[in-house]
Amino acid sequence: MSATASKLGPGIAPYVFVAPFVAVFGAFMLGPLIGSIGLSMRATAGPAVSDFVFLDNFAFLLRDPDFWTALRNTFIFAAGSVFLQLPLSLALAMALNSDSIAGRAFLRLVYFAPVLVGLVFAALLFQIVFEKDTGLLNTALASFADSARGWTGLPFSFDPEFPWLTRFVLPALILAALWMYTGFNMVYFLAALQSVDRSLLEAASIDGAGPWRRFLHVTVPAIRPVGSFVVLLSIIGSMQLFELPWIMLNGGPGPDNRGLTIVMYLYQWGFQSGDLGYAAAIGWVLAVILIVFALAQRTLSGEKATS
Amino acid sequence: MRNTPREIVGRTTQHLLLYTGALIVLLPFVYMLCVSVREPGPGALGMFLPAGNGALGVDWSRVGLGNYIRLFVELDVIQPLLNSIFFSAASASLATVTAAMAGYTLAKHRFVGRRAVFATVLAALVIPGPLLLAPLYTMLFRLGLLDTYAGLILPAAAPAFGVFLFRQASISSVPTELLEAARIDGCGEYRAFFSIALPLLRPMTSAFVLISFLGAWNNFLLPQVILTNEDKFPLAVFVAQLRGLYGTDYGLIMASTFVSIAPVMVLFLFLQREFISGLTAGAVKG
Repeated sequence: MSATASKLGPGIAPYVFVAPFVAVFGAFMLGPLIGSIGLSMRATAGPAVSDFVFLDNFAFLLRDPDFWTALRNTFIFAAGSVFLQLPLSLALAMALNSDSIAGRAFLRLVYFAPVLVGLVFAALLFQIVFEKDTGLLNTALASFADSARGWTGLPFSFDPEFPWLTRFVLPALILAALWMYTGFNMVYFLAALQSVDRSLLEAASIDGAGPWRRFLHVTVPAIRPVGSFVVLLSIIGSMQLFELPWIMLNGGPGPDNRGLTIVMYLYQWGFQSGDLGYAAAIGWVLAVILIVFALAQRTLSGEKATS
Repeated sequence: MRNTPREIVGRTTQHLLLYTGALIVLLPFVYMLCVSVREPGPGALGMFLPAGNGALGVDWSRVGLGNYIRLFVELDVIQPLLNSIFFSAASASLATVTAAMAGYTLAKHRFVGRRAVFATVLAALVIPGPLLLAPLYTMLFRLGLLDTYAGLILPAAAPAFGVFLFRQASISSVPTELLEAARIDGCGEYRAFFSIALPLLRPMTSAFVLISFLGAWNNFLLPQVILTNEDKFPLAVFVAQLRGLYGTDYGLIMASTFVSIAPVMVLFLFLQREFISGLTAGAVKG
């Protein structure tokens, strides 16, 4: 028995192990993926009726001002995530990496917790936080301004009618995402900071390098691989923004399309207007954008193929 | 050690900032709870609870569990809660089984097609979910799987990311020598997987079960698109629909939001390590 087993190797076992994945993946991922190529060249009315239109969907998309609004909003949101959230995540990670902070473990848990809240639930919560007049943010800011005026005598004031969800949709979305993901990205940076060589930091310190130079020349090179991965992850996540604005703006793009995103544009066309072919074309444009970002990250971080 | 005044000031500022930040992170949760126990009635609202003449400046007669009672008795939140539990548990267990088996065999066995399968897995990591939405919908329509749990669970049962993670974990924590020794002792491939590899893969297994469960629990777009029968709605879709119907009834909306996130938060309190390692897996590439 043992002789046959080692002579014949694993036999059919590998195929048995890989079969469920290959079958389900082939049917429900690869199938639709291949199908989406053909579908993106059709105009459809619901899943049963369609016409071959070749590249018309893409031509229409490029001329549709709504698409460009969606693209612009999505990019602004992604930029907000990368340029506001990630520096904050890194600063938090560096602070919580030092032994001298009391209650580190507790703080990490608190900062991490919001990412467990689903986007729909976070959106419902923040819709009420951002509510004019009665919402937490405006009431807090207004009473803060009042007491600041009382203390300093300077003319501080904040209008509790501040219209976050009508005129300042993107800042509101960026703030909500800041709450959700800053602590999540912090955990990546905390892991990366473990690879910073402490003796190198001490040597630099003895050589007279200040905290800023130690950060730039010792810490940053050590966390660069994880850093570039986190940037890519944030961009990929941000580009698929949908639930947050959709729920916060009561199931729509908001006034003047201020909260329209690419995936919302896809959803409206595919599942409200019933043009699944056009939705598939939008999906491909999104996929191409993400692939470009992924390739750029790989080039910039100087990595060879992952394996 | 070296406690110069400057360092003491620096450390105090650091603590102050970190704890203020933590307070800001926690405030929305506290706000949600407070709004959910507000009872309707005349008078000022206050920032968190209805303002009044009671203790702490709160009108305690307008604080109660009315919204929760409505939610459970009138609006039958139990059904979507059970739907979410079933849908998430089924998706997570199927996804973990297929991913663990495929990841393990990709790491430890040589077979025809291995390279092709792994290349497909890597390529699939870049494919955004929304791209598949329209073609998946068309396909489920043809298969008659629209408005069924099968149509919701099967697409989640073959996670490329999970296969990638289990392959990495098998490479790093299942020693090939151990498998070979077992083979020489007459252990078959299936027993080797279940009694040698799986116990060694336990940390990855529990982390992956949790993140797949969380992903299914919080999934909105796919169930929203696929399901039409309200009896089948999971919490995310149910609560979003409730918001549409009771738009400004914030107490009710916050009560339902709290009911939806509480199970996940309780799980998190018990299994922090698994959640954190699962959600941030894949950052350190092997």
